[in-house]
Amino acid sequence: MKIAVCIKQVPTREWQPRLTDDRTWIREADASFEMNEPDAYALEEALRLREKHGGEVVVCSAGPARVQQVMREALARGADRGVHVDAPALAAADGFTVAAALAHAMREEAFDLVLTGLQSDDQGHAQTGVALAELLGIPHSTIIMDVEAGDGRVRVKRELEGGWFQWVSMPTPALLTIQSGINQLRYATLKGIMAAKKKEIRSVAPPAGLEPGLKILALSLPSKSKQTALIDGTPAAAAAELVRRLRDEARAL
Amino acid sequence: MILVVAEVRGGTLNRASWEAVACAQQAGAGEPLAIVVPGGGDAARLLAEAGVGDVLSVEHEALAAYTPDVQVAVVAQVMAQTSPRLVVMAHTYQARDYAPRLAARLRVPLVADVVGVKGSGAAATFLRPMFQGKLVAEVAPQGVGPAVVSCQIGAFRADAVVKGAPAAVRAVTATIDAAPAQTVEAPFQEARQAVDLSQAERIVAVGRGIKAQDQIAVAERLAAAMGAEMAASRPICDNGWLPMDRQVGSSGQTVSPKLYVALGISGAIQHLVGMKGSRTIVAINKDADAPIFEVADYGIVGDLFEIVPALTAELEKPR
Repeated sequence: MKIAVCIKQVPTREWQPRLTDDRTWIREADASFEMNEPDAYALEEALRLREKHGGEVVVCSAGPARVQQVMREALARGADRGVHVDAPALAAADGFTVAAALAHAMREEAFDLVLTGLQSDDQGHAQTGVALAELLGIPHSTIIMDVEAGDGRVRVKRELEGGWFQWVSMPTPALLTIQSGINQLRYATLKGIMAAKKKEIRSVAPPAGLEPGLKILALSLPSKSKQTALIDGTPAAAAAELVRRLRDEARAL
Repeated sequence: MILVVAEVRGGTLNRASWEAVACAQQAGAGEPLAIVVPGGGDAARLLAEAGVGDVLSVEHEALAAYTPDVQVAVVAQVMAQTSPRLVVMAHTYQARDYAPRLAARLRVPLVADVVGVKGSGAAATFLRPMFQGKLVAEVAPQGVGPAVVSCQIGAFRADAVVKGAPAAVRAVTATIDAAPAQTVEAPFQEARQAVDLSQAERIVAVGRGIKAQDQIAVAERLAAAMGAEMAASRPICDNGWLPMDRQVGSSGQTVSPKLYVALGISGAIQHLVGMKGSRTIVAINKDADAPIFEVADYGIVGDLFEIVPALTAELEKPR
């Protein structure tokens, strides 16, 4: 089975946002980056499917040169090779634009299965995977918690809201967006890290005429829906004050 | 004209559809609405009775069980018939499943997870969270054609919908040329929810900040002292540190206890939608900028491993 995994490089969860002077994007030079968490689960699922069914796992990413860092990480965990759509402008692009860039590079590969995370931790559009399926002309299913593959079909467990699930089947090639927690992630071994250095990452130019579908006019800190009473002091003093207020003010204890 | 896409599940109107109507009314500022109801039935009648706009009911056997392929075909046809300026829907799991495909097929922009509308009419811009809710982006759809907007659950108020004189339901036909690629089975719940958190008076919930499974005991002692049930954000249950039926959020339970104490929970929107209706919310987190403080009534910024034991000791003191 020839499996593609689309991964995105995003700022780390601990990173505190700092904005560019025009406040339309983040100061990337001040950010540290990591593999988008749901994409890491998609990668793990692809590696497990390869272990079961044989074949190849190709990691695909669209963005500036820095994204090769997470691509190498994916290769170290066991992916076979990489395809990088190399364009600085894709760093802040919307979901459809990223999907169009990926589709351009992925179409000729004719993958049996394409996996992506269900959304990114940076812009969080939750669109790239599904739009990519449309552009590749293949069926899709989203927010997947289990994958059974074989005989030219996949049967997948799709998460619905509020603790409900549903099994959905479709022919391959197909695209699935993977939910965090579908499996237990593996970490790269030293051997894997060494092997990754020799693996191929093919760079592809983005397609001509990509027009953004969304324009970010301004980024700002969210406004509070509530006035939070912040309690400070030593742990003991803060605890005593909080308990007092929960008893006397909020009457919640 | 603004087209609202209502969501019908098992013959019932998803309540979030009213929030989509509220969002459309705000974005339109008096502009007429049409509400398309794939699946029709009682859901269409309910919307027509509220007099919020022209109700277009699409009934077709292929709509009996949702598939993205059929849904895209139906909504695209209704858009072609009605030429809306804007299309609005709730940002449900179903919308997440098909809206990007619809927008990609029609080559129109999709603004997902919208929490606010700035201005109205053609100049309206949309607010949506980015970077895990740490920032809000004001975005403008680009290019030609109607933009599609999905609004975050709970961001627009269903009770803010302005109702009018009851209208009639108009039947609209859709042609479905091809069978969907997907075959769907009946929805099911994993083992019955053993714990009904929605009935809990008080809840102590833990998030990534708890760091290790053996540290959950710190929170459990607080819960015992408070007479509270234990709950968690998704990553904790994904790791198996607490069972799945303790999960609060969009993929878990929705709760509204008298008191909700969030320990080391940053406040991703998927968690907030499950607990922001709680009467009193306490957040204890080392990160003063964590989005959980946007919904908290009381907050302590600091190390939960110092504060929680102090809190437990305080509650255990004889009064």
